[in-house]
Amino acid sequence: MLLIPCPNCGPRDETEFHYGGQAHVAYPENPNELNDREWAEYLFYRENTKGTFAERWVHSTGCRQWFNMVRDTVTYDIQAVYQMGSPRPATAVPAAAESGTATTAANSTITLGDAASSTPASSISAPEGATK
Amino acid sequence: MSTHQLPEHPEFLWHNPEPKSSYDAVIVGGGGHGLATAYFLAKNHGMTNIAVLEKGWLAGGNMARNTTIIRSNYLWDESAAIYEHALKLWEVLPEELEYDFLFSQRGVMNLAHTLGDVRESVRRVGANKLNGVDAEWLDPQQVKELCPILNISDNIRYPVMGATYQPRAGIAKHDHVAWAFARKCDEMGVDIIQNCEVTGFLKDGNRVVGVKTNRGTINTEKVGLCAAGHSSVLAEMAGFRLPIQSHPLQALVSELHEPVHPTVVMSNHVHVYVSQAHKGELVMGAGVDSYNGYGQRGSFHVIEHQMAAAVELFPIFARAHVLRTWGGIVDTTLDASPIVGTTPVENMFVNCGWGTGGFKGTPAAGLTFAHTIATGAPHKLNKPFALERFETGALIDEHGAAAVAH
Repeated sequence: MLLIPCPNCGPRDETEFHYGGQAHVAYPENPNELNDREWAEYLFYRENTKGTFAERWVHSTGCRQWFNMVRDTVTYDIQAVYQMGSPRPATAVPAAAESGTATTAANSTITLGDAASSTPASSISAPEGATK
Repeated sequence: MSTHQLPEHPEFLWHNPEPKSSYDAVIVGGGGHGLATAYFLAKNHGMTNIAVLEKGWLAGGNMARNTTIIRSNYLWDESAAIYEHALKLWEVLPEELEYDFLFSQRGVMNLAHTLGDVRESVRRVGANKLNGVDAEWLDPQQVKELCPILNISDNIRYPVMGATYQPRAGIAKHDHVAWAFARKCDEMGVDIIQNCEVTGFLKDGNRVVGVKTNRGTINTEKVGLCAAGHSSVLAEMAGFRLPIQSHPLQALVSELHEPVHPTVVMSNHVHVYVSQAHKGELVMGAGVDSYNGYGQRGSFHVIEHQMAAAVELFPIFARAHVLRTWGGIVDTTLDASPIVGTTPVENMFVNCGWGTGGFKGTPAAGLTFAHTIATGAPHKLNKPFALERFETGALIDEHGAAAVAH
């Protein structure tokens, strides 16, 4: 069982949370201009990183807020927790990882506090480029 | 029913050759699917100058970690075709491979606990029959007759309202299946190379021409990926993406018991599947851990949940003990169907996405993937399972449709 540090409620058991998959996947800026390949990328293709991975969680039975978390998918170590809309913080990841990840500017989930996000990346299909 | 004496192993199984500098084809992944692919490449297509590369020991990944359930009662035509073909191969393989891996056709029951379950189940029985898959609908009394230890009383949270039953389904000894394929591959001249991890691919333009490994570079004309949970990692090395998410999937066994469980029982709704292994362990599994993971272990609450379901359905299990739990890494797709076919890289082929149910598909995966690698085009059974379906929208949506217990 993971012990997840909710940014609002503090450390709680994994059973209080639900998983939301890869973080920083923005809705396409110009959906009408996407071809089938690009739609497939948006709908079905997600990073499946072996190593440090930015992902979304929701504290379903606590504050009911979404947040982002950086976790190692091999050791399951939690390396960072941060708010929706914030850029991925630097962890023990090659700097190149940042360039490929879009922020959730168009995400429908709740943005907390200081949501001064960086500019959305233009490509939803850009590889995260991180880690194995 | 009585506990089986396991058959003697053959005197000799396989060599451990050093990798050669080149092969006609290289299969990455020495699990059930990789070995079955190599077997059918050699047997059906005469390709014997091939190698199976395994980064650990033979069949030590999901082939060693699954709950060995074999069935073909899937809803959609494409799935029923490939899984039923697999089941027919399971029925002849012990003789063909000259290795008794104890395929026991003791039947598989999929319980219905709600009206929705009942409607889905009856519909699936009809679809199965149309596709030539043996299927029956059982009322609770018939369920009890087939599996007397099941609790069919009304006094549980989700009473058993009936079940689908596939008599030809069953279980097999998973390790013996792998060894049976490996032995025949070795006899036909296939190199099975353990402790050989792929670290990259050599490409000439967009065409794969070799494999880099921790035991040197191997030139090859064709590469087939059979790496289940690690398929995305290999694809990234090769420069393309797969619509796959890797999750931990756990299973567990009890200590040995007298034979009490004559069939295989799966319940999607209270979520557990249970059989009794040949030696007497109760073997149980349930759903994946929700998060992406490569750790070959999951969270305890997932096991706790499946044990609660098992004890409610089988009160006799309340005093059994969990002996071992473990996890494998399953490669799930969003339509819960596999991907078997070509890739954006020329001469590179992929067999993945079997998710939580790959063991049962082993022979058909091997047969169709070997055909695809040898001829460069899919077999009619795996044609619908191409990577392109995520673009065309021709998904084979078996989530919740196929008695799939995810």
